[in-house]
Amino acid sequence: MRIVEKAQLMSASEIDRTLQRLAHEIVEKSGGTKHLALIGIRRRGVPLAQRIAQAMRGIDGVDVPVGTLDITLYRDDLSKVASHAVLQSSDISFGVDNMDLVLVDDVLYTGRTIRAAMNGLFDLGRPKRVSLCVLIDRGHREMPIESQFTGRVVQTSPTEIIEVRLREIDNEERVVLVDRVE
Amino acid sequence: MTHRFRDLLALEPLNADALTFLLDQSKPFQEIQRHPLKKLATLRGKTVALAFFENSTRTRLSFGTAASRLGADTMNLQAEASSLKKGESLLDTVHTLDAMKPDCLVMRHAASGAADFVARHLDIPVINAGDGTHEHPSQGLLDALTIRDRKGSIANLNVTILGDIQHSRVARSNIHLLGKFGCRFTLCGPAMWVPRELEKIGAPGVSIRRVFHIEEALEGADVVLVLRVQTERLHEPALSADDYILLYQLSGERLQRAQPDALVLHPGPMNRGIEITPEVADSAQSCVLDQVTNGIAVRMALLFLLTAGDSENGQHPAAEVQAPKNRRATDVKDPSHASR
Repeated sequence: MRIVEKAQLMSASEIDRTLQRLAHEIVEKSGGTKHLALIGIRRRGVPLAQRIAQAMRGIDGVDVPVGTLDITLYRDDLSKVASHAVLQSSDISFGVDNMDLVLVDDVLYTGRTIRAAMNGLFDLGRPKRVSLCVLIDRGHREMPIESQFTGRVVQTSPTEIIEVRLREIDNEERVVLVDRVE
Repeated sequence: MTHRFRDLLALEPLNADALTFLLDQSKPFQEIQRHPLKKLATLRGKTVALAFFENSTRTRLSFGTAASRLGADTMNLQAEASSLKKGESLLDTVHTLDAMKPDCLVMRHAASGAADFVARHLDIPVINAGDGTHEHPSQGLLDALTIRDRKGSIANLNVTILGDIQHSRVARSNIHLLGKFGCRFTLCGPAMWVPRELEKIGAPGVSIRRVFHIEEALEGADVVLVLRVQTERLHEPALSADDYILLYQLSGERLQRAQPDALVLHPGPMNRGIEITPEVADSAQSCVLDQVTNGIAVRMALLFLLTAGDSENGQHPAAEVQAPKNRRATDVKDPSHASR
């Protein structure tokens, strides 16, 4: 099986513009940033959440707290991934009770990651509201989960993979659509 | 980087990389101890068998709590209540337990090497919770985790171990772990409990010296590990409790010879007023309660690493499994390599 790159979906500047827009949308919909906090889902949700928080500083001049969440322990497919799993620390230094939380991830696909993330969040307390922000929504949901803040919706076939490559992790900055060819 | 473990029987065979991996994997579980809701569903449906052929309260409670916080069920076997009293062999007993289909066996036994022996006969992972005077690996790990949290590192420390080292599996596991990070050991206690052979139990190059005056042994120590005096041994004619207190008790005054920020560890249960004074046990330098909290985190990490896996296909979690069907490329964790 080979992996071939089919198309570039976003360039570095498009990613940047999209995150700026998402930051504006989140501030607008939340009616202020007082109880707002972002939770990046490891791994690529973390730099995305930090960049959105950075953009919000430009809008409202307010520092929105950013936490990170490792969902490994909450997955429902742990039996399949366990021997690969390396646990990372979650780091949420603020209380989540009565907060307006926005989960941030790179790609929304089956929705299982988000279900796991919500389980993890509710072990920490009782947030007032939880919403979801993703850079790419590629469809094929297996859970009743939708994102409130979406960078781009992309039609995909199940064999295709969306790779979000970020400079903090991958040393390059773009979103590509790749396919598995037998 | 990830390491795979089939069993955890001893720390001696593990290298510094693997030990660091185990300590790092305990960190997320330390966080969970601070959550208002501490229960996970990660090992839901799994069963952990706790077989304690030797009395234990805290280790059994700690493993049991770790299992239940991961969502696993436990089955308990205790020496007094078991058919061992009726003459059943160890192997028959563990085969019987195994036939009840647990996913993991945690065992303690008075004979050194018992866990290793059992692991060779069972397909499920075995965790050694103490075997005779050999090792107590989870205690070694939780001690190291406690030291690393307080000091920032476990490299190149001066570690003084006080008490009955000859009979202590805790001392051995600590030496096997900390020795791989360049720590130097000073062993101190009555001569009959600190025989010369102990100088050679570390890996080649590990510095271990014996000192018989506690004041000298504490000089410059970064970590003081106080062992429990098994009071039943104090009836041996050579030493009375009064002599022990006079010669080897860790008091506040004696502790001043160690580094000002020296840590005091004790595996518990403490005999206050025998091997340690209440003043030291309750001081800011004492890590005793941290050790207890960290014990649960370390044991959760061990149970997670050894039992989270696909048992339905009869495949051992340590076996090479195929990469999961890519949900999406970013779901795939770092490629791993086997450590055994």
